Amino acid sequence: MISLRGLTKEFPGGVRAVDALDLDIAAGEFFALLGPSGCGKTTLLRTVAGLETATSGRVVIGSADVTALPPGRRDVAMVFQDYALFPHMDVTGNIAYPLRIKKVGRAEREAKAAGTAARLGLAELLARRPGQLSGGQQQRVALARAIACHPAAFLFDEPLSNLDARMRLEARTFLKRLQRELAVTTVFVTHDQGEALAMADRIAVMSAGRIRQVGTPAEVFQRPADTFVASFIGSTPMNLLPGVVEDGTARVAGAALPAPASLPEGAQIVYGLRPEYMDLSPTAREDAFPGRVSVVENLGTSFLVTLENDDQQFQAVVPEDAEPSPGTPMWAVPRHSRALFYRDGLLVGA
Amino acid sequence: MTPDTAPPARPAAPAGAARARHAVAALGRATFLALVAGFFALPLLWLAAAPFDAHPTITTSMPEFTHRNFQALLDNPYVLSSLGNSVLQAGASAALVVVLAALAAYALSRVRVPGRDALLYVLLLLSSVVTGTAAMVPIFELATRLNLIDTHLGVVLTLSGGLLPAAIFILKDFMDGTPTSYEESARVFGASPLQILWHIVVPVVRPGLATIAVWSVASVWGSFLTPFILLRDPGKAPGAVILYTLYTEGGSPRLDLISTFSLLYSLPVVLMYVFVSRRYGFRFHGGIKR
Repeated sequence: MISLRGLTKEFPGGVRAVDALDLDIAAGEFFALLGPSGCGKTTLLRTVAGLETATSGRVVIGSADVTALPPGRRDVAMVFQDYALFPHMDVTGNIAYPLRIKKVGRAEREAKAAGTAARLGLAELLARRPGQLSGGQQQRVALARAIACHPAAFLFDEPLSNLDARMRLEARTFLKRLQRELAVTTVFVTHDQGEALAMADRIAVMSAGRIRQVGTPAEVFQRPADTFVASFIGSTPMNLLPGVVEDGTARVAGAALPAPASLPEGAQIVYGLRPEYMDLSPTAREDAFPGRVSVVENLGTSFLVTLENDDQQFQAVVPEDAEPSPGTPMWAVPRHSRALFYRDGLLVGA
Repeated sequence: MTPDTAPPARPAAPAGAARARHAVAALGRATFLALVAGFFALPLLWLAAAPFDAHPTITTSMPEFTHRNFQALLDNPYVLSSLGNSVLQAGASAALVVVLAALAAYALSRVRVPGRDALLYVLLLLSSVVTGTAAMVPIFELATRLNLIDTHLGVVLTLSGGLLPAAIFILKDFMDGTPTSYEESARVFGASPLQILWHIVVPVVRPGLATIAVWSVASVWGSFLTPFILLRDPGKAPGAVILYTLYTEGGSPRLDLISTFSLLYSLPVVLMYVFVSRRYGFRFHGGIKR
């Protein structure tokens, strides 16, 4: 397991890439650090690896405080975004390199490398150089090299971002299965919310050096803790509409909606609803958003419909063959059980 | 003159004229290239022919074949030892330059030093002074005080000092081109800085190191002034200095000896180029498409 306590990394010039961060990652967990570029997620991972020294705070891996230890003595293995395979060594040499550092004999380390390679489907490629491998194969060699040194934790920096779209899907499934089999604590950094939702046991959503929410993919997806997480998670961005509470109902974009009892009269709120939980109705309804269809986007098995009403915009996902044509007046009907209310940017308990 | 830009309705006569113009242009180009090639080839032809000529002159001609010149040359007691001295001085300088430049370039490439680029440019500027004529008096003075006059070490240190800045400059570019993730990856696996240098950095920048080594050897092999001034004993003089002694007492050049010695003197460098180019190929093998 990995524990971070008050971890801060400040770069010269005063940029706080990681800001007083507390985090506990359980043993064997597949943990995602998710956030937009520049949010400090890679710096956090590098600080855990020891490639950056923490300005303050502590890093505990297993039961040992490793804050002051150099990377090589932290018992972690890292897979880099560019895989960092050594171009002058063949696949065996690359996979066996950590063992060479640990002074394992040549015959033994080559046998171990061959074993690990076979497990990852690289048995045919042992004599090749990295330059002769495809992106997916390079990624698996990098994984094999990390596995071969039997670390206490894996750290993956954007492990899938150098692969093309189709390979990425395959690698996602492969990586998740591999992690489950090895049951080694794994932290991976990604800016792709879909990747994080698909692979991780738990996700920490980061912004500006701080963690905005930690939770399972379901928690983060269904109940984003604040409007930043709400807008960041989800393949189509969540509808976030400003409104006000009057007479116990929320008045948002021309609709009167049931509001949670905890909201006081006159409270300024932001109403959040995923487009997937919005239905379209051709007839007027009290609890629906009136608007005019402006854009219809084909998503394959469904359509993303954008409606406009004065200066407000909201989106709904409708099944195929049910898409309206642009210009039609429509009412967007929210599923009230899925609605989220934010006050001062934070989620209000329903 | 691409076919798709030529209007199809053009009559045949201008097309024939264009072809003629084209032929004349090609002929002119070939003639010009032949002249240029001949200009550069003639001295080499002389170098190939004169050593085997019984009566060489400064012009190139078919030799009256003989190998007497080689016999005469080997009668000179300093000829063979001078080539040995050249190998010793060039080899030692190249080794020193490669090792020191690699370490310095690696450090300069990886550690943020304030004013690093300015430092490099100033060094580069001054390097031509160090081994140049202008600094000969102070260098002689310095070598005298350090008891380095008439030693191989003095020559090696002076010439290496002159080569180092440019070598660092070139190698730093090679080091900069090596992703830091290679080293970080090795660091996470527990490699020490020296292991990283030896296992990762040196093999990756090996073409650069080979380039620097060849260039150092060639530079030292051809340098005359520094060894001429710093060495007294002709038994320690390198080939370039001994070549200068192949004159008659009257001061006229012994073209038979000079040409023969020039051939012997240039062969090792040519062989080195061929060998290194075959072995290392002066190219990169990158791991990642970037």
